[in-house]
Amino acid sequence: MSGRRFALRRGGSRPGRGPDDGAGPGRRDGRAGRGGGGREGHGGHGGHGGEEPMVPTARPDSYYGRPVLKEPLWEAPDVAGYLFFGGLAGASSLLAAFAQLSGNRELPRVSKAAAAGAIGLSLAALVRDLGRPARFLNMLRVFKVTSPMSVGSWLLTGYGPAAGAAAASALTGRLPRAGAAATAAAAALGAGVATYTAALVCDTAVPAWHEGYREMPFVFAGSAASAAGGLGLLAVRPERSREAARFAVLGAATELTAKSLLLRRLGPMAEPYQKGRAGTVMEVAEVLTAAGLAGAMLAGRSRPVAALSGAALVAASALTRFGIFEAGRVSARDPKYTIGPQRERLSG
Amino acid sequence: MTDLPATGFPAPAAGGATGGAAGPAGGPAGGPALAAPVDPAARAGFPDHPPRLGFFTDTSVCIGCKACEVACKEWNEVPEDGLLLTGMSYDNTGDLNASTWRHVAFIEQTGSPAHDQRVGLVADGGPGGAADGTRWLMSSDVCKHCTEAACLDVCPTGALMRTEFGTVVVQDDVCNGCGYCVSACPFGVIGRRESDGGAHKCTLCYDRIGDGLTPACAKACPTESIQFGPVDELRERAQARLLELHESGEAQARLYLENPEDGIGGGGAFFLLLDEPEVYGLPPDPVVTTRDLPRMWRQVAAAGASLAVGAFIACLVGGRRRA
Repeated sequence: MSGRRFALRRGGSRPGRGPDDGAGPGRRDGRAGRGGGGREGHGGHGGHGGEEPMVPTARPDSYYGRPVLKEPLWEAPDVAGYLFFGGLAGASSLLAAFAQLSGNRELPRVSKAAAAGAIGLSLAALVRDLGRPARFLNMLRVFKVTSPMSVGSWLLTGYGPAAGAAAASALTGRLPRAGAAATAAAAALGAGVATYTAALVCDTAVPAWHEGYREMPFVFAGSAASAAGGLGLLAVRPERSREAARFAVLGAATELTAKSLLLRRLGPMAEPYQKGRAGTVMEVAEVLTAAGLAGAMLAGRSRPVAALSGAALVAASALTRFGIFEAGRVSARDPKYTIGPQRERLSG
Repeated sequence: MTDLPATGFPAPAAGGATGGAAGPAGGPAGGPALAAPVDPAARAGFPDHPPRLGFFTDTSVCIGCKACEVACKEWNEVPEDGLLLTGMSYDNTGDLNASTWRHVAFIEQTGSPAHDQRVGLVADGGPGGAADGTRWLMSSDVCKHCTEAACLDVCPTGALMRTEFGTVVVQDDVCNGCGYCVSACPFGVIGRRESDGGAHKCTLCYDRIGDGLTPACAKACPTESIQFGPVDELRERAQARLLELHESGEAQARLYLENPEDGIGGGGAFFLLLDEPEVYGLPPDPVVTTRDLPRMWRQVAAAGASLAVGAFIACLVGGRRRA
């Protein structure tokens, strides 16, 4: 699989398409059968009489090498940041709720505050990225399951206040019952907030995103847990952050596994994730994730190791989202990623 | 919520999550298990509606005059969006976008003189024409007004809507410029305009067809390359024209997006092409992204549940309770 590559011929003039009509209509009918994967250019240039087979080009054409799709308009710091902060918030709410159940007093406060802060930043990034930010509330005009952005807007509408109330109660110590209810609500909705963004990016025509829809939610879930656990490790002393370390380890392992499954199944479509700037970012993210994972497991009571591991995991989660975001843009920009797989599908 | 029937999401009566483009995906193998072609206007909540209207663009008679581009800009008051020379034959328009709703593509091919003369694509022995075997393909591209329209499905505000004519239109006063439609369109048709931040595309001249008028581009087309009318009728015309071209030896002629069983449920605007779609910058086998959305939601649900289970394991399994 990994040996396959998509490649396109550029431009409108096609020297490979030699005189092909020398033998009349019968010959043309034969050529018309080539509907499938790539064209097999027959016939040489003048003088060959069209009898000598040319090397099949097996490369789809494009219109002057121009993209078929529009590149996503979403800006990297805004929407990649939105994906990251949404994941951090949602997973932090889950960690806070379960850590509270386990009797931990310190970690839930930090995680709740992180969730509230992150969801605020996430919302701000989303609004900033709109072409008409003043009309943000039009998101709540309708509810459509066919639009992950609509589902997400409603999720955030429920989640945001819950996360905010949970944090406010935890930090001020007031209204503990309402705080507990808000904590539970934020945790329940947080699972959705952390993962729906995978459907958001995959439900597009962007090849590197769409084709990854099976694994992407697990990459996002793992990345979110890794960030939430990492933040706990960074902000809470090791004696009180055991839950965060374990959550981070589970998340990082899930992320690494899901990402490698994603790339393996994508085959030639994995290229945007592996080359160029996106490739570099993804690689750095992977190294940081692995390092953070090892550190979280081995930190023990060492505060510096735990904090460093936590920071590495938070950074890795952010970089993963940026890498995925950039890979999508690359795949939309180059027509070979649009045309190649479709040609393959047609050739069965 | 007042315009719910017009948002493209099915009216409540149509049955919740089974509607929209997600509906056909419920069938086996993701194909629409339908006896008759989908009626998009009825599905969008117009029980009594006029016939579905669309375009049949027969590129074999396009002469590349760009009257369609000009007429469209004039009628719809679409702003100027760059005066530049691309070096791509006579195409200085580039692509469809927020401020270009008709785009004429020019493709110069080194092909076969005898064949091209026979089907009248180049003048006999004209300079730079048949002698060196060059042929020009020209094609006026436009929004496809898909039966299963990804832009409409993913629009979170309901700004994109299905009209009673089965066409897809952006309500400018609703659009908040989120850009989701831009990433969802498998043809790269819809774009966001810098000047106003909103998404724009061909409306199939909603304001004209409502008054029984022909859309500006079709009205201006001097060769009837752009034909406007009820989609059923256009499909018949397209089949007849295809047969005619095949009989005259143009074996490469093919219809594009005419088949209601293709990946977008067929286009309300479809084409007769003389080469592979990608030669014209069109995707050869587009599939509306929302066909996979039910599967995506299932994966998201599984991942969300895993996340919760992970938090549970991390905090409560085998862990000591703290005082």
